[in-house]
Amino acid sequence: MAVDEGLKIELGKQGVLVTSLQELYNWGRRNSIWPMQFGLACCAIEMIATTMARYDLARFGAEVFRPSPRQADMMIISGTVTKKMAPQVVRLYNQMAEPKYVIAMGACAISGGPFKQGYNVLKGIDRYIPVDVHIPGCPPRPEALLDAFITLQKKIDGQHLTGEGRPRHLDAEAQGEFPVPVQGEHDLEPASNPGVWTVPVVIR
Amino acid sequence: MASSPYFSLAVLFVAALCFGLTPLALAWLWAQVYSPAKPNAIKNAIYECGLESKGDAWVQFRSAYYLYAIIFLIFDVEAVFLLPFAVAFTGLGLAACLAMLVFVLLLVEGLAWAWAKGVLTWA
Repeated sequence: MAVDEGLKIELGKQGVLVTSLQELYNWGRRNSIWPMQFGLACCAIEMIATTMARYDLARFGAEVFRPSPRQADMMIISGTVTKKMAPQVVRLYNQMAEPKYVIAMGACAISGGPFKQGYNVLKGIDRYIPVDVHIPGCPPRPEALLDAFITLQKKIDGQHLTGEGRPRHLDAEAQGEFPVPVQGEHDLEPASNPGVWTVPVVIR
Repeated sequence: MASSPYFSLAVLFVAALCFGLTPLALAWLWAQVYSPAKPNAIKNAIYECGLESKGDAWVQFRSAYYLYAIIFLIFDVEAVFLLPFAVAFTGLGLAACLAMLVFVLLLVEGLAWAWAKGVLTWA
């Protein structure tokens, strides 16, 4: 039973607040996203700058960087994910409590960036964990991270509490574990998590 | 009952209990209705720095560390005493100089003893 948007505004003018459980839930969640204190490379410097007074991430309720994955809601993959670091990143993501979100910050985190042709850099963290927002840039400016943050807030705002399209943490059937890759002979094994992303077949 | 002097206290106690327990109960109810728990082995791991823990936390440290620490501490304290001694050296009498000499020699003797015992040899 949804209340008409115009009616809600009209009631608001009269001092009557009308809301639904879903709206209240999403309002609370989107305004208290605690990121994990976790920096990988140079993008982390921009991430730190975003939290400082000039860009002030605290305006969005996200200044509380948590040093433990148990207390964090969001992981900012800020920088190059090497193949040595990728298992740790995936394990930390697994250890976060639901609901959890990921922002892939910078060219390296989304695709491998300038090191894409290298042998030891993961070509995008979205091979192993579901990424909610990708930000390009090398490194992205703090404004770009703020934009990603607002995008994530909008995404959370649009999530439904029940029904088919409800997010993973509300769905008992949805996959909760993301397998941690191991160091193989030449590459990480498996090369990707098929539930998240499949490696495209290159036709030569 | 309401005339009892402790009645207001009891009311406040119940209110305080509700203040703490209601959010917990609501969170539990929310988890039951909407948000199913999905624990797994990786999520429940004890160590939370991204690496897997290895071995036992109950390990023994070598006693050699302890000996080094205690010798370091003695000479650290000695340095604290030597500094004011050096600053006031020109104005000191013979008795004060002798007292300081005894102090330093005692520590040197301790060092010689530790050396003779082979404490300073890392093995």
